[in-house]
Amino acid sequence: MVDAAHATHVAQTAYAVEYLRFIVLAPLLGAVLNIAFGRRLPRAVVGTIACGAVLLAFVTSLRAFSAMPADGYLLDHAYQWFSAGGLNINLALVSDRLSALMCLIVTGVGFLIHVYSLGYMSHDPSLARYFAYLNLFSAAMLVLVLGENLVVMFVGWEGVGLCSYLLIGFWYEDPAKAAAGMKAFIVNRIGDAGFLLGTFALFWAMSDQGHASLSFADINAAAPALGTATATAAALLLFIGATGKSAQIPLYVWLPDAMAGPTPVSALIHAATMVTAGIYMVARLNGLYLEAPAVMKFIATIGAMTALFAATIAITQNDIKKVLAYSTVSQLGYMFLALGVGAFGAAIFHVMTHAFFKACLFLGAGSVIHAMSGEQDIRRMGGLRYIMPVTFATFFISTLAIAGVPGLAGFFSKDEILASVFAEGRLGLWAIGLLTAGMTAFYMMRLFVLTFMGEFRGEAHSYEHVHESPGSMAMPLVVLAFLAAVGGYLGVPHVLGGSNQIGQYLAPVVGLHELHLGGLVEFGLMASSIAIAGLGIWLALGIYMTSPGADENLSQMNSGVYRAAAGGYYVDNFYNLIFVKGAIRAGTVLWKRVDEAVIDRIANGTGTLVQELSARTRRWSTGNVSHYALTFLIGLLVLAAVLALKGLG
Amino acid sequence: MITSAHFMVLSAVLFFIGAVGVVTRRNLIVIFMSVEIMLNAGNLAFVAIANRLGTIDGQTIVFFVMTVAAAEAAVGLAVIIAMFRNAETIKADELSSLRW
Repeated sequence: MVDAAHATHVAQTAYAVEYLRFIVLAPLLGAVLNIAFGRRLPRAVVGTIACGAVLLAFVTSLRAFSAMPADGYLLDHAYQWFSAGGLNINLALVSDRLSALMCLIVTGVGFLIHVYSLGYMSHDPSLARYFAYLNLFSAAMLVLVLGENLVVMFVGWEGVGLCSYLLIGFWYEDPAKAAAGMKAFIVNRIGDAGFLLGTFALFWAMSDQGHASLSFADINAAAPALGTATATAAALLLFIGATGKSAQIPLYVWLPDAMAGPTPVSALIHAATMVTAGIYMVARLNGLYLEAPAVMKFIATIGAMTALFAATIAITQNDIKKVLAYSTVSQLGYMFLALGVGAFGAAIFHVMTHAFFKACLFLGAGSVIHAMSGEQDIRRMGGLRYIMPVTFATFFISTLAIAGVPGLAGFFSKDEILASVFAEGRLGLWAIGLLTAGMTAFYMMRLFVLTFMGEFRGEAHSYEHVHESPGSMAMPLVVLAFLAAVGGYLGVPHVLGGSNQIGQYLAPVVGLHELHLGGLVEFGLMASSIAIAGLGIWLALGIYMTSPGADENLSQMNSGVYRAAAGGYYVDNFYNLIFVKGAIRAGTVLWKRVDEAVIDRIANGTGTLVQELSARTRRWSTGNVSHYALTFLIGLLVLAAVLALKGLG
Repeated sequence: MITSAHFMVLSAVLFFIGAVGVVTRRNLIVIFMSVEIMLNAGNLAFVAIANRLGTIDGQTIVFFVMTVAAAEAAVGLAVIIAMFRNAETIKADELSSLRW
């Protein structure tokens, strides 16, 4: 059915350039400036530095993108970082078709989020710290994307982890928010351990091949020679890292809590940076993953499960940001599903369209929260369409885009994923994906209706304060909504008369996953996803337009299942019970039984022994000179006696 | 006939008297004087042995001992005066604050 023309990685030529480093250095410099001088600079200057830095990175990315050679990639080799044994690690940046596209997404969407933050954070006293972190986040993500080898990527990988901690816990005065930051960091660390082990495994395997190198090009090229077992182990370990960063089962738990950060940060984490890292990494190492079919199956399964699992939770959430958070987890599941069936191009396509509509949705949610003076519960919203027309319109477009309405971005990318899964013959996974698509349409339309349609359900006096957001916040919304509407036309499938430009563009790097399904089947698949999206939208409209409080009845009717889903299936409680409490218990045992009972006793016993001995001997030191003289004399006599007995000789 | 053995016995007796004085007396000045007796017991032994052996070494050392004793007397008495000024006593058993 499918001709996985994951072609043969054509030997690509490296063209040396020296400007790629500015893509990373610009936001890094912005961060350094704002950390060093931000508090003494006027707020307008702080914002300008931060936005300007990312804009500079975007312009440089555009230059790299437009300079893309037909038969190769751009390489910025700064210097050799270190060399150990036969391994040379270069501090080098690569802009090939994959990373150039990712750079545009990161810097482009990132820039819009920076601009939006100017308005959103205008009342915050720690503006400089905020923008410094935001710039640092962008810089770390760009290192991750542009890195020439696994080690440089790991620097960015850890960097985004650190920055997510700093930004999620940005309002650290609130212990719950600080704890959310720590949770994100710790859960990510678990994944990072997998990433590191995967790197070591690859280093070991590559050394065995007599070619100690960790550059992506070398790994992908050498992958077929590594053997299935080695490739499987390495790919699986790296995938554990991806589940941490990209919030997949079982390490997704940090992402919903990450909503504690300022809303633009959520947009940045969900759309432009961080969570796409895992998907990008797998796509980057596609040569390795293709050599590990078992891992590919595993990835597809995890992705499909996560997509469905998170979608069911999203239906039950009442916090506007929580709905979007679980939606992101679910959409990331789609991307992994695509990766798992070898449709790397489709996954990256969905990363891109998702970046557009999810950034727009989060920024729209931020706009609503900003207007509602911090209210996030959609049960107390409603009717905002009159007061916030720009937010309303852009949110509407993005909702339709994520729901998969034909013609908008999400439709094309999601459809390509579903078609690829179907073409692989993974009908079970395809059915899950289709079901999730319907649920996505449902919960997004529910969110939209409860927020903007109907009548205002909050308290009357808070309604009076609601206002449309300022221009700095509205402009990014409009741009992102536009992209969410038209971004899909980069990947119009052949069957609709397009040429799947994005797939073709990425083909030299990630291979082309061609579908040979026949027009009729493809049309049928398309119709099925349109139908189920329509069903989801129709159901949501039908239920929530007439009775916004329908969830109350639902939770009473089917209380057990509903409450389980609303509580995230108690996964957090489970982890808390097993891992957190377990760690505390193990720690308590070690503390009481080992540290206090053994080690402390040894240490204290030594002290007590010396003390007891000295308590007896110090009695001899009376301070009376006569006693010392007597002791001295006795000693002298004893010495004399010994000498007299033994003889001097 | 007085032999060097007589001198040695006298020296030992003097040394012993000095030692007992150092150990038993409480007054620092008396202890000090006892130390001087012990030094002179030593001097006597040196001179006697030097005479018997017909060498000059022992007699030379006596001069050193006497010089040191003179210096010691000057310093020691100064220390005793300073102690008396501070503690208003020169009783050895009362000057016992340097202890556990």
